[in-house]
Amino acid sequence: MVIDVRDLRMRYGTVDVLHGVDFTAERGEVVALLGPNGAGKTTTIEILEGFRMPSAGQVRVLGVDPAKGDELWRAKLGVVLQSWRDHARWKVRELLDHLGRYYAPYSTPDRVRPFDTDALIRTVGLEEHAHKKIGKLSGGQRRRLDVAIGIVGKPELLFLDEPTAGFDPHARRDFHDLVHRLSDLEGMTILLTTHDLAEAEKLADRILVLAGGRIIADGSPDQLSRQVAGQAEVRWTQAGQRHVHATDDATGFVRDLFAQHSRGISELEVRRSTLEDTYLTLVQRFESGQANEEEVAAL
Amino acid sequence: MNATTHAFRLGLERGWREFRQTLGSSDQWFTVVITMAYLTVLWFQRDSTVDGTTLSLAALTLPSMIGMSVAFGGLVGPAGQLAVNREDGTLLRAKAVPNGMLGYVVGRVVQTSLDTSFSLVVVFVPGFFLVQGLAQAGVSGFAYLVPVLVAGLLATLPWGAVIGSVVKSPQGAMGFTMLPMMPIVAISGIFYPISAIPGWLQVIAQAFPVYWVGLGTRSALLPDSAAAAEIGGSWRTLEMFGVLGVWAVVGFLVAPTILRRMARRESGGDMEQRRQAALQRGVG
Repeated sequence: MVIDVRDLRMRYGTVDVLHGVDFTAERGEVVALLGPNGAGKTTTIEILEGFRMPSAGQVRVLGVDPAKGDELWRAKLGVVLQSWRDHARWKVRELLDHLGRYYAPYSTPDRVRPFDTDALIRTVGLEEHAHKKIGKLSGGQRRRLDVAIGIVGKPELLFLDEPTAGFDPHARRDFHDLVHRLSDLEGMTILLTTHDLAEAEKLADRILVLAGGRIIADGSPDQLSRQVAGQAEVRWTQAGQRHVHATDDATGFVRDLFAQHSRGISELEVRRSTLEDTYLTLVQRFESGQANEEEVAAL
Repeated sequence: MNATTHAFRLGLERGWREFRQTLGSSDQWFTVVITMAYLTVLWFQRDSTVDGTTLSLAALTLPSMIGMSVAFGGLVGPAGQLAVNREDGTLLRAKAVPNGMLGYVVGRVVQTSLDTSFSLVVVFVPGFFLVQGLAQAGVSGFAYLVPVLVAGLLATLPWGAVIGSVVKSPQGAMGFTMLPMMPIVAISGIFYPISAIPGWLQVIAQAFPVYWVGLGTRSALLPDSAAAAEIGGSWRTLEMFGVLGVWAVVGFLVAPTILRRMARRESGGDMEQRRQAALQRGVG
């Protein structure tokens, strides 16, 4: 078990941000943490990174309580920060090489640390900018450097907080390939937060939905869709007219449709509910449930 | 490979790199302006003599300026940089790397020392030719300057780090260092002998390191006869190292705790808030 979180609670002043979060992650798993703004995603990740002390609960990251994590523990983690403008005067290669060398004492025969600087620069596609000042990079290039810095120590566990914010579609696809390679080849466990549901579906083995300080759903993208038992939408054209029908049993409906009309049906489309539909339903269901609870409490 | 000594060495390298980065940057305009201002002061003071001696006022002021610059660099430099680095994420980056905080702190100390030394040399070299009566100090005088400057830096640097750790913004760091420094410099006998100010102000001045570094640098570079213009008619070497030592020892006892507490609290969320605040101020 790489991450083991039990009944994690966080309170700022009188406001509870996390009310008992439970989840685990296995070695090599890619887990996406989804949730509306203010749901506590960043707080959760920062507790796991050891940057914030939880109010209560049991947290184990690589077998260690992050509040007591030493430098050896730190060396096994990769953190991609939502950075901004640090080290603006350093050059790309210079900084990556400098930060990488902090990991050298933690190198082991089966996990050689750090990554080769130049190879890593090529991996994130910054070879043309290797000798550029960091302050002169564009937002997307800067983000790719952040990712490179996050993985330079060849971590066993990598935290990515909204890694692709500001990426163009091409950079985004390269990044997705990189994440797959890291989890497959290096056996890296990856925990990422994102607002992009398509990205979560593409990258994650498992999706956690955090809302109102609790995990309200936990499963593979497929399992989540089934959990919501999403309806499918059938669209077709008949006699020049477009029809739309929502149904739980799309296959049966289409069979009946063709049985009734042997010809004249065209442009048939069956659309299963997407992760986005599932997610929105989950969050909405949760929020109305919470509203009910509050009404009950008010009575 | 011992991880701690390794990170220490990386910190030395970090400080050297950052010093070289400042050398080629717009920061040096500040050095140019300050140097011009100092040299102008020396130019106007070169013909007036200090009462009871044959020395020019400029010969008194140049060593004092060197002493003051060390105290200034030691306090204002780290305070400002720490506040900026908390806001821009450098510190969080250091925290995310194993032994990164050690490397960061060592780097800052090296860079501040190099920066301060550089600005001293820039003032001192032309000043030395402008001002008569310093050449007699000889090799031993210049050698003695080293421990005095080191003591001055050690007495101020941890306090700069403390201020940089507790303030909320880089502007706060400037306010909490520059505002107290101005009046302290004014009463510390830097630009004219301390005996010219009222006795009660002399007492206040002697509580702070600025006066003592200035006294130390004067004792290194001026002939012994110049001690007549000082309080008690002596260089008070023991007291000088004593007061600077107390500031240094207390500073190095307090600073690590406060730095650690600040670093522990540093998180992405806090940085994001400061980033928003900075964007509101129009930085970015």
